[in-house]
Amino acid sequence: MSLLALNSLGYRYGESQFAVKAVSSMLNSAGIIALLGPNGAGKSTLLDLIAGLKTPTAGSCQINGRDTSSMTRQELARLVAHVPQQLPNEVPFAVEDVVMTGRLPHGGGIFESAEDEAALERAIANARLEAFRHRPFSSLSGGEMQRVLLAAATCQGAEILLLDEPSAHLDPENQVLLWEMLVKLKQSGHLILIATHHLSLAAQHSDRIWLMNHGALVADSEACAALQLQAMEDVFRVPFHWHKSDEGRLYLNYGR
Amino acid sequence: MAASGRRRAVVALLTSLLVALATAVVCPFIGGSGMDYSRLWRQESPDWTIFINLRVPRTLLALITGAALASSGAMFQALLRDALATPSNLGVTAAASLGAVIVIAFFNAGDSAVPLIWMAAIAGAGVVVALVAALARARRFSPLTLLLTGVAINAICSAAILLLHSMAGITKSFQITHWLMGDIDAVRYPTLAVLALIVLPACLWILSQARVLNVMSYGETWAAGRGVDCRKKTWQGFLVGTLLVGATTAITGPIAFVGLIVPHLIRGIVGPDYRLLLPASIFGGGAFLILCDTVARSVLAPVEIPVGVITALMGGPFFVWLLWKR
Repeated sequence: MSLLALNSLGYRYGESQFAVKAVSSMLNSAGIIALLGPNGAGKSTLLDLIAGLKTPTAGSCQINGRDTSSMTRQELARLVAHVPQQLPNEVPFAVEDVVMTGRLPHGGGIFESAEDEAALERAIANARLEAFRHRPFSSLSGGEMQRVLLAAATCQGAEILLLDEPSAHLDPENQVLLWEMLVKLKQSGHLILIATHHLSLAAQHSDRIWLMNHGALVADSEACAALQLQAMEDVFRVPFHWHKSDEGRLYLNYGR
Repeated sequence: MAASGRRRAVVALLTSLLVALATAVVCPFIGGSGMDYSRLWRQESPDWTIFINLRVPRTLLALITGAALASSGAMFQALLRDALATPSNLGVTAAASLGAVIVIAFFNAGDSAVPLIWMAAIAGAGVVVALVAALARARRFSPLTLLLTGVAINAICSAAILLLHSMAGITKSFQITHWLMGDIDAVRYPTLAVLALIVLPACLWILSQARVLNVMSYGETWAAGRGVDCRKKTWQGFLVGTLLVGATTAITGPIAFVGLIVPHLIRGIVGPDYRLLLPASIFGGGAFLILCDTVARSVLAPVEIPVGVITALMGGPFFVWLLWKR
């Protein structure tokens, strides 16, 4: 029984506009799966389908052998935590309140339980948010906001994390920090699917790469070294090449 | 909530509760017509009758109505993620008014017609709910659609009310105008009991949703990712809010701006957490409307100003200030 199984998962608008077309895959354990592809390739929609934010128009999605369409939204949120690119600017709450929203799927009562408080403290410590836990979320920088959202997702206690272009607005240092956090989360047993345009970081840190185009999964490579540059070039329509640093590390470069 | 937050929460809730209690206890003794307190103490008429049959029920009605309007306003603001979302903006008040005006215009509004007016007002509000349900089924359901629909409903209802008004005779016309002014009138205790039986469970339901409302103010994507069925919650909230507004408007007529001013003022004091904001708005709304009603029947005594005039005179400028501050 696999942790996450996608069976010909599809989503279309109207009669013929496919956003996601018959995506199938089995993911059995922790790891980082990078979803690459040009804008409009269907990466975000695929994550939305897995998170239950959109209802598939074809196929199904199973977690631990259970069909997600048979789960309530609350049940699903205990297994899957979805992190959007950003929150609306006007969120008036403090950092720790934002992280605590991750506990909502674990009981809808008016007050949080002791267990919720403990999970909050763990998440804040793991993401090193102690210094600004009482600050208003809206006063943070982009990199700090992203750390808070990721902390909220881990606070949720879900095994599967879905990140929708989390590094889109981050400077290089924060991008690298984000990917280092993802590697740590993988080591603590999370399965992470991340839609991203940071091809080089994705190639460096992810365990598997899904290449999407026009809603379809066009390439699925086990490790970054096996990434087919030809497939990348077909999808992104720019030349790709590997660059080897003096220490022997591989970096993915692109450009004409 | 951290320990310091909890202490602040207790202080804020106790304060708002005490303010509501204090106004409810003190205000019945204040009024334009001078009251002989010693006769009141001996329970002698007319003072005792005025007190027990007019001022006390008025105060209770203001308390219940203010609480209902303020809590539904606070809830709509969370559901629609819009600071300007209020029962009036969403068309609920206008639809309830239209229902009542139809009854006033076409039926002989003696005392027997009063329950008919209430039913028509609730039915009018119910039409809005039906419309929202239809929108939900048509999958065109978003905060923006709801607000724009509210704008349209408001325009249609105002036009229909104007039409009925222009066709009505002088007596009817006066009745319509009087109803539309929004007034806290003395009602009989059984009516208050029925109203309380509607308002209390509805307010408790809203309170039980406080954490969900908190998360919904982060936007639909985040809320859905935290396991909230936003469409269902919006629909349920709309139903409960309409019940609150329909039931109270049916008795008092349209009272503007309470659902807007009170939650905003309270938010400025207790912060954005709905677990504090909602109960404080319930108490604060009750206290606010009691005070407005006391002003309304005192300042120009023996003339009574409709309370809707007081709330609108205060609420209008506040609304503009809010828009400028945004």
